[in-house]
Amino acid sequence: MSDHSTETRADGSHIGRSQTRFEDQALLRGLGRYADDLATPPGTLHAAVVRSPHAHARVLSVDVSEALALKGVRAVLTGEDVKRWAHPFPVGVRGAPMEHWCLAVDKVRYVGEPVCVVIAEDRYRAEDALDLVRVQYEPLKPVIDPEKAAAEDAPVLHDAVGGNVVNERHFRYGDPDQAFEDADHRVSIKVRFPRNSCTPIECYVVVGQYQPATGVYDILSNFQGPYALHSVMARALNVTSNRLRLRTPPDSGGSFGIKQGVLTYVVLMGLAARKAGAPVKWVEDRLEHLQASSSATNRVADMEAAVDADGRVTALRYDQIDDCGGYLRAPEPATFYRMHGNLTGAYGIRNLAVRNRVVLTNKLPSGLNRGFGGGQMYFALERLMHQVARQLNLDPLEVMRRNLVPADAFPYRTASGALLDSGKYADTVDLALRDGGYQELIQRRDRARAEGKLYGVGLCAVVEPSISNMGYITTALTPEQRRKAGPKNGAVSTATIGIDPLGGITVHVSSTPQGQGHQTVVAQVVAEVLGVDPASILVNVELDTGKDPWSIASGNYSSRFAGAVAGAVHKAALQVRARLANIAATMWEADAERVRFAGGKVFIEDGPSLGFHRVAGTAHWSPALLPDNESGGLRETAFWTPPQLEAPDDDDHINSSLCHGFIFDYCGVEIDRVTGEVHIDRYVTCHDAGRLLNPMLVDGQIRGGFTQALGVALMEEFAYGEDGSFLSGTLADYLLPTAPEAVEPLILHTETPSPFTPLGAKGMGEGNNMSTPVCIANAVADALGRDDIQLPLTPSRVRGLIGIDEPPAPEGLEPLAAPRAGGPALQARDSVVVPASPQTVYDTVLDPETLRAIIPGCHALELEGENQYRADVTVGVGMIKARFAARVRLSDLDPPHSLRLSGSGDSAMGSASGSAHVTLVELDNGHTRLEYVYEVDVGGKIAAVGGRMLQSASKIIIGQVFNRLAQRLTGKPVGGGLWQRLRALIARLLGKGDAS
Amino acid sequence: MHAPAEQRSEIELELNGETRHGRTEPRTQLCDFLRHDLGATGVHVGCEHGVCGACTVLVDGVASRSCLMLAVQADGRRIDTVESLARDDVMNDLQQAFSRHHALQCGFCTSGILMSCVEFLQRVPTPDEAQVRDMLSGHLCRCTGYTGIVRAVLEVAGQRQSGESQQNASENPNDV
Amino acid sequence: MKAASFDYVRASSKKEVLQLLHEHGEDARILAGGQSLMATLNMRLTQPKVVIDINRVEELNRIRNESGYLAVGAAVRQVQLTDRAELAREVPLLAKALPWIGHFQTRNRGTVCGSVAHADPSAEIPLCLVTLGGSVVLESLKGKRREVPAAEFFQGLLTTDRQPKELISEVRFPLAQDGTDYRFQEIAMRHGDFALVALALCLRADGAHLGVGGVADRPVAQTLPLGDELPAALNTLAWSLGAQDDVHASAAYRRQLVRELGQRLIEEPSHARPR
Repeated sequence: MSDHSTETRADGSHIGRSQTRFEDQALLRGLGRYADDLATPPGTLHAAVVRSPHAHARVLSVDVSEALALKGVRAVLTGEDVKRWAHPFPVGVRGAPMEHWCLAVDKVRYVGEPVCVVIAEDRYRAEDALDLVRVQYEPLKPVIDPEKAAAEDAPVLHDAVGGNVVNERHFRYGDPDQAFEDADHRVSIKVRFPRNSCTPIECYVVVGQYQPATGVYDILSNFQGPYALHSVMARALNVTSNRLRLRTPPDSGGSFGIKQGVLTYVVLMGLAARKAGAPVKWVEDRLEHLQASSSATNRVADMEAAVDADGRVTALRYDQIDDCGGYLRAPEPATFYRMHGNLTGAYGIRNLAVRNRVVLTNKLPSGLNRGFGGGQMYFALERLMHQVARQLNLDPLEVMRRNLVPADAFPYRTASGALLDSGKYADTVDLALRDGGYQELIQRRDRARAEGKLYGVGLCAVVEPSISNMGYITTALTPEQRRKAGPKNGAVSTATIGIDPLGGITVHVSSTPQGQGHQTVVAQVVAEVLGVDPASILVNVELDTGKDPWSIASGNYSSRFAGAVAGAVHKAALQVRARLANIAATMWEADAERVRFAGGKVFIEDGPSLGFHRVAGTAHWSPALLPDNESGGLRETAFWTPPQLEAPDDDDHINSSLCHGFIFDYCGVEIDRVTGEVHIDRYVTCHDAGRLLNPMLVDGQIRGGFTQALGVALMEEFAYGEDGSFLSGTLADYLLPTAPEAVEPLILHTETPSPFTPLGAKGMGEGNNMSTPVCIANAVADALGRDDIQLPLTPSRVRGLIGIDEPPAPEGLEPLAAPRAGGPALQARDSVVVPASPQTVYDTVLDPETLRAIIPGCHALELEGENQYRADVTVGVGMIKARFAARVRLSDLDPPHSLRLSGSGDSAMGSASGSAHVTLVELDNGHTRLEYVYEVDVGGKIAAVGGRMLQSASKIIIGQVFNRLAQRLTGKPVGGGLWQRLRALIARLLGKGDAS
Repeated sequence: MHAPAEQRSEIELELNGETRHGRTEPRTQLCDFLRHDLGATGVHVGCEHGVCGACTVLVDGVASRSCLMLAVQADGRRIDTVESLARDDVMNDLQQAFSRHHALQCGFCTSGILMSCVEFLQRVPTPDEAQVRDMLSGHLCRCTGYTGIVRAVLEVAGQRQSGESQQNASENPNDV
Repeated sequence: MKAASFDYVRASSKKEVLQLLHEHGEDARILAGGQSLMATLNMRLTQPKVVIDINRVEELNRIRNESGYLAVGAAVRQVQLTDRAELAREVPLLAKALPWIGHFQTRNRGTVCGSVAHADPSAEIPLCLVTLGGSVVLESLKGKRREVPAAEFFQGLLTTDRQPKELISEVRFPLAQDGTDYRFQEIAMRHGDFALVALALCLRADGAHLGVGGVADRPVAQTLPLGDELPAALNTLAWSLGAQDDVHASAAYRRQLVRELGQRLIEEPSHARPR
């Protein structure tokens, strides 16, 4: 690998050079200015958010009086305030009367949904008050699985909608039915793409201010765009859009799409500031971030291909369900439609049928996430192509080659309407195979297999769209709905270059970067055009909608920087140069065309020369010297939008993105037969992203995206229990690759410039998030000869695919109960023997005094009705404890044979409910065996951070209840607990001493 | 020392070579105190449960998570943060190598990583790649894929070794 | 994610610690390395009234090699053991296990006794202590100083025999015995993560003493026969641990690793991957 910093281009050009970053100095010295580092106005208060522990529940009442009474608490914002001042967020699809407010007003629909905002003098106190807000919920049955949610009989999230499918569209391009009828083969596959998130290391930050005099909400946030969402926020705040002044900080600690989701909190903290009558700052913590910020959309895709005998695919059929969570938050359902134009991938497939359904489930709302829509789509398409090869017994590489869009077809209009701008797909594949050592990799596989190893090779080809058409989302609407709403399209980018009286150059772009190095590349582009040192240029990337140029497409998403923003910068620089050339030409009475800019000078070849600052200064200091068409001052703003991005037509063709890069990846993996660990032996990724503006930054983007994708493939998933509890609430549960897991890919490039962007650059940086998960999945499929590959490919899951042929359990050691599939909805059984008759035991249990005594940590028990009690209980294991306001109930009474003991409650740490069915069996000696089968559901923080331990913890706590009962009956601790019995049993089985 | 709940007790510590004072509640995390009371905003907070490593600082020279320490525990200690690394506006060798190798993008995790590297290279002056990756496993970086970081650390280790051997050589009176 | 309020006391002697524990019992928490406690405080999963900081109690920061064991005091950090050159000779199993614990940055502050006190079923130090047949020394102001065998000390998930007024003043690891081969192996989702399955082994000519972490609700060790009887014995052990499914691995997977990795570790030393 080359050391980029020393690389210079022979022609002295700045564009295309691996310039080290101008951002680095501040960031490396701890001098970055991230949102939480900036000064806040005096008197700024701090917010903490009360969140739902339930996945689905009606909010019966909210009592904030105790919280308000706490010293240091200034206000609590509730759903009532929000209903008074605000509106629900506008929804991107028509006909779905779904109301999404920034605080729950009637129901909560996912764990972590904001219910109230406590505003206090500091964050610590605000969190103290969280525990004092009393919310009464009526839990409702949740629905988590998207296919179940789409069914008729599913619990409905939004009663006004009537069902959970909030958008359904069918598309047909070409004649798919005929193609399937004519096909030699039909190949199908069904895949699921999990929920995951690129999880920036800096969480959301919002500082809200409200100016009553002007009615302006002035809000600082590390929002990343798209600024089309500014209108969504303004509508929700119930103000005209000029009264939402949204500002971003100079630095942002990563986003990868996720910081789009801060939009609901921008509104929330604006309202919180209004309520408190003071500025309000909220810094999201990691637990909040994981459970309630944003995530990729999980998808279920049924795919089918019509294939001829040679492996040519003549038609594709997509039947997809996107699970957008509890609410359709803008810009969803964009996950589907970002990729709509390029649903045929890198292949020249003319017939296409699509059914897209958007469902809501009790999960956090989904949104932008690097590779947006691509990871989902290519996982289905490229698994299908792999399957085509498998089913037809062809080489997967051959199947791909036979279907690629040919080089002479560009610009190529796909079946669904994308205009693929440029590319040489077959050549790129050849380059990758040659320079990546594909043949040698195949030999490695064969050798490894000969040695009995599990080794597989996976491939994939991806068209990487960039620079989104702002109108693509309207493909979710019918043509009639679109006509009513008016056409939407384009992707306006903007850049401003100001030159001050001493020639200092300041550039402003509205690209809100989150670490990609935009400042460096912008300086390179401007330096190239104006012939100055890039290090002399200052680039301002803060965006203030109150005074900076911006438009709906502003922001940092859809890889729009290199193509669109750098293009606008180039355009603005050319405008400045034209004016300066004109000024210089007038001074020198020469032709402006002959004026050159280089080395910090403005000159005419073999003629007069002046320092850049002198010529630029003329516009400020000596307007009299200016040509007639010059008005003085020097600042140019360029707006740029590509004409190719048209609105969808009446047949639903949509050019969803301006540029389309090409990526061809392949990899070899070896799988440990015992542990199921997937070891990536080699990974080759070959990119054609058009002209590269800074190759060092390009490779940095590839490595970062690749490593995130490695996480998606092998370890990352936002896991939900069947009861809707969120189980990945800490960074010890939601696992990101660390340095030892990271793999170094071999990165290859070819450059086919885009004809549609000013600099020939295409967007890049998201490609591996689209290609790598499926490439690794294909390799694992190849290694194991399995079709049912599901992500993430954890060791346990992979070992399951290899097959676990378990020897039976020795007698007496059979598992006590099979836990219900998935989730923490724990179910188990146990028993305890007590030296008393069933009748005695039964009577004892029904006695309230006993009940109080046997419930661990019971401070108070109050009769509420027959066999119903209200209890104040502290339960926990080890040092971890929570105090619950609980209800305890005895039911299904069948004396003296059986009864049910149930309890449920809420605590600051979340909700819990459990129920044990107890059977009393009389033994020969007159004693009683209490057999109990129990179920426990846990929600909120406890489930999110303690997932690993829930089973054991429930066992301990439930066990305590019955052991205390036995103890009460016998007056002494009972031995013979499960563990003791097991140890004795093991010792007997092994014929050894006691197990220790 | 007895610091009562909800009261601010006075503490004194040495931050980046300067004696600093402040008043803090017992429950205040060290990272919050360093950032918001002493202005060391180079210390970044990413998880508050000791996993991401962004808040890593040196406590008496030892790399530690500042979210897993109370500010009151720093009383009388020496704390070094990322702000201590550059001298006279010149970045140190590690910082420069990070820039050369594009070892950072958003820069949020970088402060903590640099502080771990400072102690690590003192303890393990000639690490191999596996050791560097092992040391980095205590940090989460979402932007870079770690490649540039590993290269930068290995390069600096190499440079320091050759620099030292040169220095040793020139200090050797027999070496004329 | 900020802790609830508590009083903080920086103790300067063991006596003071014991007095404070006597006074506050259940309401007090010992702050040693803080690598588990601080996270649970920040998350408000635990809300003690008093936090007793023992970081500056010199008499608790001692490592002693005496009477056949290595005694490690309550304030001794994990890094102090990794830095101890003699450890590989004294307690080779522990020397092999230490690099698997968390990360360099957490070992810098995390204490040996803190890990024992927390009793995470996946933790490496409790596993070594149980496998080696070590013990935990508990002291209180009024009570008797107790030495509890590790196998009795760990009682379940995060649950130990320590009484509220007791301090774990030290833990004792038996010194290496001649003719015993010590091996350690762990499978985790990532480097430094909680073990899905951790195995600690003391192998002698006449048998294998195998400890398993991460599967049962506490570390469990068992002596197994070698040779033909081994697979059946491993199977019995695997089933006896009551493995459970969680988001990271299935119970069947954990049992299978106990069987297959256990066999590998016992029969093929090369499979004990060092870290």
